[in-house]
Amino acid sequence: MNTSALENYILKTADDLLVLGHRHSEWTAFGPVIEEDIAFCSMAQDKVGQAQALYNVLHTTFGYDHPDTLAFLREEGKYTCAQLVELPNGGYDTSLMRHFLFDHAERVRLASLVSCPFEPLANLAKKFKGEVEYHVLHANTWIDQLGNGTEVSKARMQTALDELAPYALGLFEAIEGEQELVEQGVVVSEQDLQAQWQAAIDPILEKAGLAAPDWSSITPVVGGRKGYHSEYLAPLVKEMSEVLVIDTEVEW
Amino acid sequence: MVTEQEIWTALDSVMDPEIPKLSVVDLGMVSSISIDESGAAEVEVTPTFAGCPAIDFIKRSIRDAVVELGVESVTVNVNFDRQWNSNMISEKGRALIKDWGLAPPPVHDGYISLDVLQNVACPHCDSRNTTMQTPFGPTLCRSIHYCNNCSQAFEQFKPVTSG
Ligand SMILES: [Zn+2]
Repeated sequence: MNTSALENYILKTADDLLVLGHRHSEWTAFGPVIEEDIAFCSMAQDKVGQAQALYNVLHTTFGYDHPDTLAFLREEGKYTCAQLVELPNGGYDTSLMRHFLFDHAERVRLASLVSCPFEPLANLAKKFKGEVEYHVLHANTWIDQLGNGTEVSKARMQTALDELAPYALGLFEAIEGEQELVEQGVVVSEQDLQAQWQAAIDPILEKAGLAAPDWSSITPVVGGRKGYHSEYLAPLVKEMSEVLVIDTEVEW
Repeated sequence: MVTEQEIWTALDSVMDPEIPKLSVVDLGMVSSISIDESGAAEVEVTPTFAGCPAIDFIKRSIRDAVVELGVESVTVNVNFDRQWNSNMISEKGRALIKDWGLAPPPVHDGYISLDVLQNVACPHCDSRNTTMQTPFGPTLCRSIHYCNNCSQAFEQFKPVTSG
C-alpha cells in the first residue's frame, strides 16, 4: 500500500470536513429561521467531529501531531481542503447549495470507503455514513422547496449552483499517488466518485426545476489538494486558531 | 476479584448526561468488557456520534465507576471499531427514552428515508398523526416533530444507521 498517499487521502478528507464545519458554524445565531440555525450548528458539530476522528487516525496510526495541532496550527499551505469549502458563506442560498453539492460528494466517498482494506478508515466511513444521511436529507429537502418555490428563490438557487459548480468539481481533484491506491483497491478513483456524484445530484436538481450544469464543459477550480488556496482560507485559519495560539500548552 | 458481570452492572448506573435516566449500557455504547489475569479491566466504548461533545465526560464516568468496584487498573478505550447505531439501544432503554418525554427511535433496517421520519408516534398521546419539523434538534441525537392530535411539539431520539 502507498502509505503516504493514503495519509494524504485521509488528510484531505479531514480538512474538507474541518473547514466546511467551521463555515457551517458561522450560521449559529444567524440562520433565517431557528430550525435552520440549529440544522447548520448540528451539521457543523458532526463535520468537525468527523474531522477530529480522521486526524486521530493520522495521529495514532501514522505518528502525525495531535488532532488539535493538525486542525489549528498548520500553515495555510499545508491544508489540503478543496477551495469549495473555504468560500465565505454568502447568502443562505449559496450556503445551502454548497451543503447540497458537498454532502452528496461526501456520501459517495464514504460509501466507497466502507470496503477500504485499511480498517480504521473503513470503520469511520461506516460510522459517518449514518450521520451524513441526515445532512443529505436536509439538503435535498431545501433544494426541492426553493427550486420549486417562487421565481426569486428558484433564480437564486440557480445562480448559486452556477457559481459553485466549478468549485464543486474541485472536490474531485486527484491527489499524488491516487492511481496507485486505486490499483491496489484501497480507494475508488476521483473520476468514478465524480460520476456517481453527478448521477446522484442531477435528478434532484432536475426535479427541483433547476438546470444541472453541463459538467464536462466546466473547468474545475483545483489546487486545494496541493495546498493552493483561495484568499479566504488564511483569515479563516487565523480565526479558527485564535484562542489556541494564546497558549498552545494550556490544559483544557 | 471483580467479575465482568459486576462491571456491566456498575456501568448500568453510568448515565448519558443528555438523558440522565438512560445508562451507557442501555444506550448500546459499551462494546465489551474484559478482565485479565492480573485483575486489570478494559472497557471498549463507542460514541453515538463522531462529534459527541460528552464523550470525555462519559469516559471519565465509566472509569470512576469501575475504580469504585475496587479495580486498580482500568483502561477505557473509545474507538469506532464497532460503529454505534440506534438499533443498539435496548428495549429497556427505549422505554426510558419515552419516559423522558422523547419518542424512541424506530428499529430500522439500515436505511433512513423521509417516510421513516414522518408519522413518528407522539410520546405524549401515541398518535401517529405527526409531522417532522426538522431532522436536527437541540442535541445531535434528536429531531423535532409536531403532533397534530394533541397539538404539542416533541422530540425524537432519531434513528441512525451505521455500516
Ligand atoms: Zn400527541
